[in-house]
Amino acid sequence: VGCFCEEERRVRANDREYNEKFQYASNCIMTSKYNIITFLPVNLFEQFQEVANTYFLFLLILQLIPQISSLSWFTTIVPLALVLSITAVKDATDDYFRHKSDNQVNNRQSQVLIRGSLQNEKWMNVRVGDIIKLENNQFVAADLLLLSSSEPHGLCYIETAELDGETNMKVRQSVSVTSELGDPNNLASFDGEVVCEPPNNKLDRFCGTLYWREKKYTLTNQNMLLRGCVLRNTEACYGLVIFAGPDTKLMQNSGRTKFKRTSIDRLMNTLVLWIFGFLVCMGVILAVGNAVWEREVGSLFQSYLPWDPPVDNFLFSAFLSFWSYVIILNTVVPISLYVSVEVIRLGHSYFINWDQQMFCSQCNTAAEARTTTLNEELGQVEYIFSDKTGTLTQNIMSFNKCSINGQTYGNRPTGTSAEGENPFYKLDFTPFNPLADPDFCFYDDTLLESVKVGDLHTHEFFRVLSLCHTVMSEEKSEGELVYKAQSPDEGALVTAARNFGFVFRSRTPGTITTTEMGQTVTYSLLAILDFNNIRKRMSVIVRSPEGRIRLYCKGADTVLLERLHPCNQELMNITSDHLNEYAADGLRTLALAYRDLSEDEWEAWSESHRCADKATDCREDRLAAAYEEIEQDMMLLGATAIEDKLQEGVPETIAILSLANIKIWVLTGDKQETAVNIGYSCKMLTDDMTEVFIISGHTVQSVRQELRSLRCPPPPPHPPPPPPPASPPPASPSPPSNLMDNISGEFALVINGHSLAHALEADMEGEFVSTACACKAVICCRVTPLQKAQVVELIKKHKKAVTLAVGDGANDVSMIKSAHIGVGISGQEGIQAVLASDYSFSQFRFLQRLLLVHGRWSYLRMCRFLCYFFYKNFAFTMVHFWFGFFCGFSAQTVYDQYFITLYNIVYTSLPVLAMGIFDQDVPDQRSLEYPKLYEPGQLNLLFNKREFFICITQGIYTSVVLFFVPYAVLSNATQSTGDFYFYLTVLLPCTKRTPLFSLPVQTLFRIFPNQFHFVGSAQSTLLQPVVWLTIALATAICIVPVLAFRFLKLDLKPQLSDTVRYTQLVRQKKRKMGRLGARSGSRRSGYAFAHQEGFGELITSGKNMRLSSLALATFASKHSSSWIDTLRRKKHTHTHTPPSASGEGQMQPAKGSNLACGMNL
Amino acid sequence: MGKVKTKTGPLARRPDNSAFKQQRLPAWSPMLTANTVLPFFYFMALICMFLGVWLLLTVQSTKEMKLDYTEAGTCDRCFEKRKNVSNAAQPCSCTVVFSIGKKFKGDVFFYYGLRNFHQNLRRYMDSRDDAQMVGRKKNLQTPSTYCFPFTTDQNGQPIAPCGAVANSMFNDSFVLTYHMPGGRPEKVPLLRQGITWYTDKNIKFRNPKTENLTLPEVFKGTAKPLYWQKPVYELDPLDPTNNGFINDDLIIWMREAAFPNFKKLYGVLNRAKEPFTTGLPAGNYSIEISYNFPVQYFRGRKEVVLTTLTWFGGQNHFLPIAYLVTSSLILLVAIVLTVVWWKFGKNGKNMEE
Repeated sequence: VGCFCEEERRVRANDREYNEKFQYASNCIMTSKYNIITFLPVNLFEQFQEVANTYFLFLLILQLIPQISSLSWFTTIVPLALVLSITAVKDATDDYFRHKSDNQVNNRQSQVLIRGSLQNEKWMNVRVGDIIKLENNQFVAADLLLLSSSEPHGLCYIETAELDGETNMKVRQSVSVTSELGDPNNLASFDGEVVCEPPNNKLDRFCGTLYWREKKYTLTNQNMLLRGCVLRNTEACYGLVIFAGPDTKLMQNSGRTKFKRTSIDRLMNTLVLWIFGFLVCMGVILAVGNAVWEREVGSLFQSYLPWDPPVDNFLFSAFLSFWSYVIILNTVVPISLYVSVEVIRLGHSYFINWDQQMFCSQCNTAAEARTTTLNEELGQVEYIFSDKTGTLTQNIMSFNKCSINGQTYGNRPTGTSAEGENPFYKLDFTPFNPLADPDFCFYDDTLLESVKVGDLHTHEFFRVLSLCHTVMSEEKSEGELVYKAQSPDEGALVTAARNFGFVFRSRTPGTITTTEMGQTVTYSLLAILDFNNIRKRMSVIVRSPEGRIRLYCKGADTVLLERLHPCNQELMNITSDHLNEYAADGLRTLALAYRDLSEDEWEAWSESHRCADKATDCREDRLAAAYEEIEQDMMLLGATAIEDKLQEGVPETIAILSLANIKIWVLTGDKQETAVNIGYSCKMLTDDMTEVFIISGHTVQSVRQELRSLRCPPPPPHPPPPPPPASPPPASPSPPSNLMDNISGEFALVINGHSLAHALEADMEGEFVSTACACKAVICCRVTPLQKAQVVELIKKHKKAVTLAVGDGANDVSMIKSAHIGVGISGQEGIQAVLASDYSFSQFRFLQRLLLVHGRWSYLRMCRFLCYFFYKNFAFTMVHFWFGFFCGFSAQTVYDQYFITLYNIVYTSLPVLAMGIFDQDVPDQRSLEYPKLYEPGQLNLLFNKREFFICITQGIYTSVVLFFVPYAVLSNATQSTGDFYFYLTVLLPCTKRTPLFSLPVQTLFRIFPNQFHFVGSAQSTLLQPVVWLTIALATAICIVPVLAFRFLKLDLKPQLSDTVRYTQLVRQKKRKMGRLGARSGSRRSGYAFAHQEGFGELITSGKNMRLSSLALATFASKHSSSWIDTLRRKKHTHTHTPPSASGEGQMQPAKGSNLACGMNL
Repeated sequence: MGKVKTKTGPLARRPDNSAFKQQRLPAWSPMLTANTVLPFFYFMALICMFLGVWLLLTVQSTKEMKLDYTEAGTCDRCFEKRKNVSNAAQPCSCTVVFSIGKKFKGDVFFYYGLRNFHQNLRRYMDSRDDAQMVGRKKNLQTPSTYCFPFTTDQNGQPIAPCGAVANSMFNDSFVLTYHMPGGRPEKVPLLRQGITWYTDKNIKFRNPKTENLTLPEVFKGTAKPLYWQKPVYELDPLDPTNNGFINDDLIIWMREAAFPNFKKLYGVLNRAKEPFTTGLPAGNYSIEISYNFPVQYFRGRKEVVLTTLTWFGGQNHFLPIAYLVTSSLILLVAIVLTVVWWKFGKNGKNMEE
């Protein structure tokens, strides 16, 4: 059995010889790429895969041919070596740290059972089939099969933070037969054989069988301890190594994410190709010139300068001259471009990391730019795809309402207005129940009365909540309970039950102990029918002390209501109404039900369940079928409603972003009503909207029908043009010619997952996109992670727009990876999304700063940088082209060689770099105040092919001036220096942040044609006044047209950013002019101004005064409004954080076994 | 509980509040408003105007005389003679006469000029050995390969100075004579030395160390360049210190010109004697030319130029005119801008629309 095409893995415990046959990977990991010997060749090989580097290597080779070499080789090798070594140093440091961490990990100690005794071994020496002992708080060294543990029932607890980022504890249990092998002696004689799946990257699945003493035992993920986990709350445990080193699931998961490139990158590559073509053209022109010249003139000149030996005719000479010119003109293809761009992006990334205003003090996390190559794309985002849970909402749950037996409780106006201010209404549970959680808030005392009275349904209702869950409890001292829930929903429900007198105390694998109305009751737990995303429900089967067997089920209402006993019809109707009400309030709902089982039924089912459980193939399907079988004919108890709190500043952020013409789509796994409601509460949907379309068809036809009917009012099938950059004038009197005009009324689209599946089919996607994009808000609910990614891809494909996906959970990873930019919210749901993201921070509201401030600046800076860069290189290089006509096309250089070498890397790089990193056109507050400033980026106005050609033309103009002005001066001059050609060349504007001087201001001058020793000539020439006069003249001629043009543009057609700057300037001046009341005056003008520019459309359309005032208020009075937030926050922590040592961490839900039924898709 | 958290929760990871990290560094970012741009334009126009007028006045005071002698006067004979390579060694001299109408006041500079001679070809410019020129003995014996094919002569002796540049050195010589009205012809004295830059004469060009040897002994074992009539140590028969690599004519020739039409300094009027103490008097002159340099192969022309200089150089009309034109253009632009601003964009009208 070769291990390369491993189909299954066989491991025999304590038998190294047997296991070595398979050549399984050892536990030594290597994440580093190089070692000392391979570093140079491998790294160079990688670097030369970059086209630019290869190009320069090619140039270098050309320069070594003496007949061609027009420049000495050092002009290329110096910059090339510099660029290569900078990259190499960066790679080397990265790799050094990888080596260090590898070493550290490989040399960790673990205790291995060798020949019956425990010995300390380094991790890298652990082999597959070894049995190792783990102690509390140790890292798991490899993927282990848990054999036994110090805790009863072979249980052990692990934390999987390094694996999936979830910090809550998880339980693992050994197979019962091995859990008895307590001590090393027994384990040493253990010779079971495990047959299991080959290494894979699925963290939540494991399929295998243990053969021991002629018996088979099924192994699941529940029996596995994966590498990267930490053992907690467990004294010690023993495990059998199944996968080691690179085969472990942790290492299998560390695949490289796909490399993202920005549109500017792609444009840059195209432009570089064009420039290269241009270079070849110039080379050809000059070579033809050379041919003609050599024939007409050069041949006559041969007595003074014979041709080089290999050259025998003018054509060959022209051929050589072509290559010589390729070398000389190489500075138009700038080698330092790529490096400079990277440096600039790195700088911008640091600014993001350093931004205090994106620091969340509650979670002590600063924003982090995890990818440093995407910054300028942040300034071009047109579509934002947002997850709902944990992104827009806090994912903090509070038990808010419930419906028990057709009676609804908890009715109290919810929402920000009436919340929390009146502690009078908050129920005090302590006199009634000493075990109550003091942080729990509930306001409806009728429910408490009903419990006290002893209403059976109410009791049963809370009993379900206290029994049917997977929460772990910890009781540090009597009555001080800490729940460790896998999802906040579950925590909220169990806490609610606790406060209403049904206290979950503790659990063992076979029992659940509760305190019901003060009496301790122990149920024996017969089965847990666990939650998964397909079933959307979970059940427990328990035997009460009286011996009655009952199945308790809670789950998504859609799923559960289908499985009720027919006699529930009436109750079901009432409850459905309640559920709809709750959903309309934006609450998360669950339905609860139970079923009585007879002993026979249980026995029969138990048998079939065991059968399914033992199956090796399709085990999960069979289990699901078995669960399905028993979860029938249930009796409805009621429903719960949990409130999902919005994050801070979400509505304001969304308002600002949509003013910046960014379209926000919410993609959520939640149900339609909840999603729509969150849409309303974060102001994506407003009551002023003309219509909110809902598409929820189940078949292709119905979806198509619904899509068509939306577009029915505008009859003609329109070509799908991109949405107008600015929303069209509202209420335009002209008859609507196409859909887009009609859209001026605001529409919103809500589409269901199952309809989306049809809408995403090839023949309908175009229709869907054009409809959806015409709507102001789009909400997709009930979507799967895959669909999220599909929607993103769809927009990427059809709209060619820059997309940004923001999410916080594992279900958003696919979307984050497929969008141009992925943003991870490091919030409640673990850090998988963060790990996959390009940028991460902890609050949704930071998105506005990331896009409108950092993104905008980055884009602006990058564009200006590129313009300057191309401009200066053309101005510099084209001079050679002109000179070619005067030097017989012989590829003579105008500049000194050192100057050519250093021009790009020293003389002109630093000023441009400084500008590229620090430039700001308007201050950050202004870009938030005027979201419209963001638009140039979306429309790609600042750097595109047109701008590029303008830069090039400017560069060529400059080169003409720079060449011909001195030429005219000097060819006319009769003086002792007449035989010297004074040369001027440009040093780029080095003034930081001075957009004014986009043109050569500082001139640096150079002298031709001494090959070296030019310092002496410079000394003599610089004393000539004519040199300075010429420099001044050339500079003036270069600057004036551009300056005039810019002034005209600014004066007649100012951009919004110019206007903003102007206002700023006026304001500053006014402030300076006098302290008396000037302040309020300038304020007023600022406000009036905001109306005109940013909010004009809104106001003229009369659509949304509230929105605009809201957006303004956010920034004008951030502090004054934050008290509400503080209050809200406080209330949340009070409600939902049980007093525990481990703090926030424990509230994080586990994705894999999420009980929040149907919520977190 | 929340309170406790914010208090005890360290803001350890909070980024520094420095102006640099928060991007609040002070900056000067001027706006192109009318207040700044328009005055700037007028100011520039004024400055250029002033410079232009000043330069023009200065230029007016200079005098220049240009004379193409390729086939002029009696030189047509020599021109024909030089067409035939076999006559290269035969001397030929001719005379050209000319007159100047107004006196050339002050220092007068004597240039020779060549047209259509490409000193700026890459291979031509490379064809020299600078190490030899600074007097390295090693390079004297084994010149750099850059000099090829002017490295060694037929006998394999190294050429000094080697290379195409030195080989093609201009070797006409001139004697300028003033014909005083009614007097006898007077030879115009020219300073033929001290016309190079200090850095050239003393740093870039040096003879090999003599060490009690005479110059011919030092250059022993080297050959003269192919087209030369005299070896390098006999270039100036009058002044032995002006021989070898530090010969002024050689140095001036070795400074390659940037364009195919160029002038190189031949000498400066020596104003020690009457009637030249105040410059070159008006009247008739003749130049006797020792006509050696063939130009017909490459369709070139030869000329001599006599000129006076001002503080910014010779008679250069381009610069003042360019300044004047630029100035008027800037003025025009400034006026147009002012009008446009006045009519359409005054006080940031467009800004507040």
